[in-house]
Amino acid sequence: MQDLRFMTNNNIPLTIKETQEGLKAKKFLAVELVDAYLERIKKFNPEYNIFLTITEEEAYKKARELDKVGLYDKPLSGVTASYKDIFLTKNIRTTAASKILDNYIPAYSATSVKKIEDAGAIPLGKLNCDAFAHGASGENSDYGSTKNPWNKEFVPGGSSSGSAAALAAGMSLVSLGSDTGGSTRQPANFCNLVGLKPTRGVISRYGVIAMSSSIDTVGTFTHTVDDMEIMFDVLKGEDGFDGIVKNFEKPQIKEEFKLGIAKEFFKEGLDREVEEMIEGVRKTFESINIEIVDISLPHTKYAVPIYYIIQPAEVSSNLGRFDGIRYGNNRDRFGSEAKRRIMLGSYVLSSGYYDAYFDKAQRVRTKLIEDFNLAFEKVDAILSPVSPTPPFKLGENTNDPLKMYLEDVYTASINLVGVPSLALPTMFSEGGLPIGFQLIGPNFSEHNLFELGRRYHQEINYKPKIAL
Amino acid sequence: MKYTPIIGLEVHIEPNTKSKMFCGCSQDHFGKKPNTNTCPICLGLPGALPYANKEAIKKTILLGLALGSEISKSSRFYRKHYFYPDLPKSYQTSQKENPFCIGGELLGKKINHIHLEEDAGKLIHADDGSLIDFNRSGCALIELVTEPVFHSIDEVLKFLKELQLIARYLDISSCDMEKGTMRLEANVSLGTRQQVPGNGLPDYKVELKNINSFRFLEKAIEVEIRRQELELSKGREPIQETRGYDEAKKTTFSQRSKEEAHDYRYFPEADLPPVVIDRSIILDLRSKMVELPQQKRERFEEQYKISKEFIEILVSDKKRADYFEEVAKLDSNYKTIADLIVNKRFDQKYPEPAGLAREIYNLSHMQYATDTETAEIISKVIAGNTDIVTKYNNGQTQVLGFLIGQVQKLLKGTGNPKLISRLLIEKLENDQK
Repeated sequence: MQDLRFMTNNNIPLTIKETQEGLKAKKFLAVELVDAYLERIKKFNPEYNIFLTITEEEAYKKARELDKVGLYDKPLSGVTASYKDIFLTKNIRTTAASKILDNYIPAYSATSVKKIEDAGAIPLGKLNCDAFAHGASGENSDYGSTKNPWNKEFVPGGSSSGSAAALAAGMSLVSLGSDTGGSTRQPANFCNLVGLKPTRGVISRYGVIAMSSSIDTVGTFTHTVDDMEIMFDVLKGEDGFDGIVKNFEKPQIKEEFKLGIAKEFFKEGLDREVEEMIEGVRKTFESINIEIVDISLPHTKYAVPIYYIIQPAEVSSNLGRFDGIRYGNNRDRFGSEAKRRIMLGSYVLSSGYYDAYFDKAQRVRTKLIEDFNLAFEKVDAILSPVSPTPPFKLGENTNDPLKMYLEDVYTASINLVGVPSLALPTMFSEGGLPIGFQLIGPNFSEHNLFELGRRYHQEINYKPKIAL
Repeated sequence: MKYTPIIGLEVHIEPNTKSKMFCGCSQDHFGKKPNTNTCPICLGLPGALPYANKEAIKKTILLGLALGSEISKSSRFYRKHYFYPDLPKSYQTSQKENPFCIGGELLGKKINHIHLEEDAGKLIHADDGSLIDFNRSGCALIELVTEPVFHSIDEVLKFLKELQLIARYLDISSCDMEKGTMRLEANVSLGTRQQVPGNGLPDYKVELKNINSFRFLEKAIEVEIRRQELELSKGREPIQETRGYDEAKKTTFSQRSKEEAHDYRYFPEADLPPVVIDRSIILDLRSKMVELPQQKRERFEEQYKISKEFIEILVSDKKRADYFEEVAKLDSNYKTIADLIVNKRFDQKYPEPAGLAREIYNLSHMQYATDTETAEIISKVIAGNTDIVTKYNNGQTQVLGFLIGQVQKLLKGTGNPKLISRLLIEKLENDQK
């Protein structure tokens, strides 16, 4: 058998297929995979601050079960998985990266965690993030910032900072994050990964600590589009616990695609390198006979303002349960970003201001939805940047919350509208950091987005890689 | 009185659904060991989401249909925020815009709306601190709000009792005040004659809360009206506040003033999709609608021609009314049947309606012993009970009952009581002469 104890970035499997072929061919055992991943976690975690809790015991237990049966025939058999620390895990500490939940041990597990583990995945642990998923850099964690494995001076993106960094560092094969305003797609781009924000109401949110109930979605990180499709098919569907989730049939995959580009996305504030990257991606798509169509999304300029009304309003409601009576810690343990959002949210909901802020924001949101509906009458998907810039340095934006909020300029509108978006890795900036783009589709078009992503990656002969 | 009471009601009804409003825990929490009827959802744990109970929604709509409300085509839930230890999410999932039922009327009194919400837990205050029991947390709760259209306590009580009866008829709830499946709140203010009716309302109201019986409500409103009258007569307008009722002192007392009123920060509950109520649901519920108490009263009067008093007593308990009708199918002596049920409680003696019907048949078709037979037995009894007869002769006429009993016993129950009594007295009196 192959000795994996010193698994390096040359021989670590980076796809589900590779992992399962190795297991089925008895090249390595699941417990040996766990050995190798845990060794990497222990080696790199002190420096990069990616895992908050490592579930060594659970990982070995699951691996031994898999090895005992020896079939590895479930969709995720032998796949190492880790979860953003806002996913509840029964009997395993779940902090939401906030000290107010420092010692919280959940009584039940999130539906998505159960589905992944039922599909054969090996749980490695819980991942760092911005506290309560508030942030776009991972720097709002009460347990310290996560560093970008591609360059530790830089942020890995956020709020699902650890979920992206864990994959980039080769500490886990897949991971779960959340995407409320870009929290999966932006870190996926910053760490050279595939990230999915699914259609609202396709993957159950049960057991995920809520941030903004009308826009939260469960996000997924993988190295390849194929793996993303496997994860999506495992995670989707009704569970009887999330009332907005509906089952849906996989749509017919299209032969021909029309791709839209919105002129509103190419205004001031967009980094030159990101703009050039999008231009390159456009040419690649054209070269494989995908028609590019100019479209307009006139209300997207209001997306960030309305996002920062609706989202804090819902945050203020969802965080109310941490009232100092329950969960063992007092409210002074809330970080400043949580406090800022609780105050903003309580204000826009208070009587006398509700109509001027919350209600008006909801009306503009309806306009935004109409924009996208209209666009999807003309095109099958929309090509867009994810972040206006390549990854930025740790500390660069921390003193300016407004600037940090503008990170969401290309992502928040998608959450407000509810449609799916697939973030794809493509290249590295002049500074050697990953940059990427997103493909936004109409509701329930995930499989068509996967098809488009696959065609693109085939054309550029994309090979997944890790930083460490 | 210079003033006219202006009263509006808020009635909470706990429907008898199988499960709670948003989770699978049992709706029936009464008398259970604390915190044994809970789950992540009704404990409001992080990550838990609500899942709406269709049965509770249907029962709410059914009540609205019975009261002539307009049923919203699309209704949704809202979050109502306030901090309290027994409210684990810091908000109650309730309704605001487009509740399930809008408007309606009962006994000529206008209803504002009927909505559906969840109940809170219960605080138990012990010597060494306060405890929280979440067994009731998340239970389905129907709230009916009337317009401020009541002007006397009598009107209020009539309305509430009829509402209780309707909810029981529709099998919506037991509406048991003692178990808290029906809870009452009244908004009371006093208006001058010009203000009533419909000429604008006083600019204050006092909310009477936490009242758990019709009797207490009656008393609470009564003393509250007197208190407000006194205030007004001194030239002071009562302040807007929430007051409770102290039965021991027979007074109301302030619980919360207007300044402490909550800003509930309502907004739509995004965790639950809007509930679309299409025509088929309403048609289905209409087809299941039972005869309501008032319809039954009218039909009983028409069909059985029994007295209003009998009708009222029978209709006030659907089971008894049904029982009456079952017996009435077998025997057409409606007045006798009603009398036996209402005055003699024969419905308890004969749980099967057919049993009572047989009894009525036996009573009306009994073959009594003949006059001669009866006279013979009377002679025997008198001869065999000389001591008792002596007592009678000495003026102790109460012994007559004993003698009648003895006669009936020897006749094996076939004696006509009136005949025995007449012949016995005749014989005793004659023997004395």
